[in-house]
Amino acid sequence: MIKNILNLGDAALYCDFGTDVNKETNIQVIRYFKSIQNENIEGINNITPSYNKLIISFDLKKTNFKDLKNIIENLSITNINDLKNKKIEIPVCTHESFSLDIKRLEQILKKRRENIYENFFNKEFFCYMTGFIAGMPFLGDLDETMRVKRLETPRVKVPKGSVGLTEQFANIYTFESPGGWNIIGNTPLNIFDSTKEKDPNLIYPGDTITFKEITKDQYHNHNE
Amino acid sequence: MNNNYFEIIRAGINTTFQDQGRKNLYHIGIPFSGAMDNRNYLLANKLVGNELDHPVIEFAYQGPLLKYCGDNINIAITGDINFMIKRNNINVDGKCYQTFNIQNGDEIDIISTNKSVYGYLAIGGKIDLKYQWSSCSINTKANIGANNGKKLEINQKINISKIDKDLNNNKLDYINTKIENIRIIKGTNFDFFSQEGKKIFFEKEFIVSKLSDRMGMRLDGPKIENIVDTNIKSEGLIKGVIQVPADGNPIIMLSDHGTIGGYPKIGVVISADYDKLVQLTPGSKIKFKEVELSDAETLFKLYELETQNLISRI
Repeated sequence: MIKNILNLGDAALYCDFGTDVNKETNIQVIRYFKSIQNENIEGINNITPSYNKLIISFDLKKTNFKDLKNIIENLSITNINDLKNKKIEIPVCTHESFSLDIKRLEQILKKRRENIYENFFNKEFFCYMTGFIAGMPFLGDLDETMRVKRLETPRVKVPKGSVGLTEQFANIYTFESPGGWNIIGNTPLNIFDSTKEKDPNLIYPGDTITFKEITKDQYHNHNE
Repeated sequence: MNNNYFEIIRAGINTTFQDQGRKNLYHIGIPFSGAMDNRNYLLANKLVGNELDHPVIEFAYQGPLLKYCGDNINIAITGDINFMIKRNNINVDGKCYQTFNIQNGDEIDIISTNKSVYGYLAIGGKIDLKYQWSSCSINTKANIGANNGKKLEINQKINISKIDKDLNNNKLDYINTKIENIRIIKGTNFDFFSQEGKKIFFEKEFIVSKLSDRMGMRLDGPKIENIVDTNIKSEGLIKGVIQVPADGNPIIMLSDHGTIGGYPKIGVVISADYDKLVQLTPGSKIKFKEVELSDAETLFKLYELETQNLISRI
């Protein structure tokens, strides 16, 4: 549940669900997100769910912090069974041309690459949020033994489709972008498609994700 | 066949189509975008008799040089801009906040912004543009919006699908004012910073850095010391948020900002000051001043009233 609602500037609500980052807290955030979205409340511009916060920005010409806070506090929230989340399998090629940071991970984690990939491909991930860049999913949680920090110097260009790890999360670069995550492979799937206005993301908050290893031939044949 | 168009002879530094922006997409990772200086955007459209939410051409520093081919059409430029209209090899100095009737063969040369960053060129009629999520606004990072989400380039054509027949002359007396004091509301991580850091934030001058664009404005100046944690768990951002990363230099989120971020938020620029904030050029000195939420709401009402008043005078 929301522990506290603060103002973030004069045109946004900062809904705080606590400090923990876990699936249970995040599901609460997503429930609120979907419920508020369904209400089509006058004046709301954007609702941004993250691990344990929900930011609601609004048009100050149409509403204000006090009125909107009141509406949110008295809202009935969607039942957890109504979330209609998907299960998605993402093919990933780990060929050396794609796995840019696997050597670094072997050293830091003191594991062989086979073990790193075995752990990764056997894991079921939960999508906490999407964003930063369009459609980028933040997927958790990696095992404690698989957690590494960001690169000290981020790459200027991370290739589109790159699958990266940082701390307890995996992500996918939906298009070429600067970035500092540890890249272990690449997916041929289009994770974000701006031409599909109604449904641009392949992955949404609350979805369940697994990764499946494919060969380089399968990777190149994927889009043909 | 479309016979009315502007040809881009020189593109300018960062020339894009912008309108009122797109909403309800932060959760996907798509920012609001839209015209940076909303007041000047609205005034440009009003001057040429457009609906206020029409797309316009936004330029930064140096604008485009456009050659027109077609039937007579009205244009207006807003901001603080040096520009010329060239007709039959004669240059006429342009004036902001008034309509110009452009004829076949005329050239519009937007030379530079004057101690400001953004300017707007509105065209009286309908530009043939692609809408994505109900907006033409170009987001060059995600390649979303008109022109395949890319900034305008040399030799391109801007096709006019419908010319506004009403070629009235409109004019407004208006001078853009500058601000040095940026009013802010304390951010949700204000207490991450040391007493000294907070004092510096409100008392010292900061300088707008060259590394500023439609995504964000970086500031140079005294470092703001963080005594709690230089990272937070990533969470949603809005325009105007002032983040302070580990290096202690504040960054203000602007209209094309990343939708989530993991740096502590020391403050948020109030809505009433946003249009003037974005016009600050690199090298400008600014100071932050704290206001309460209720004051910020009143200041926005006043700013909005002033904007509406300007619109109604055209």
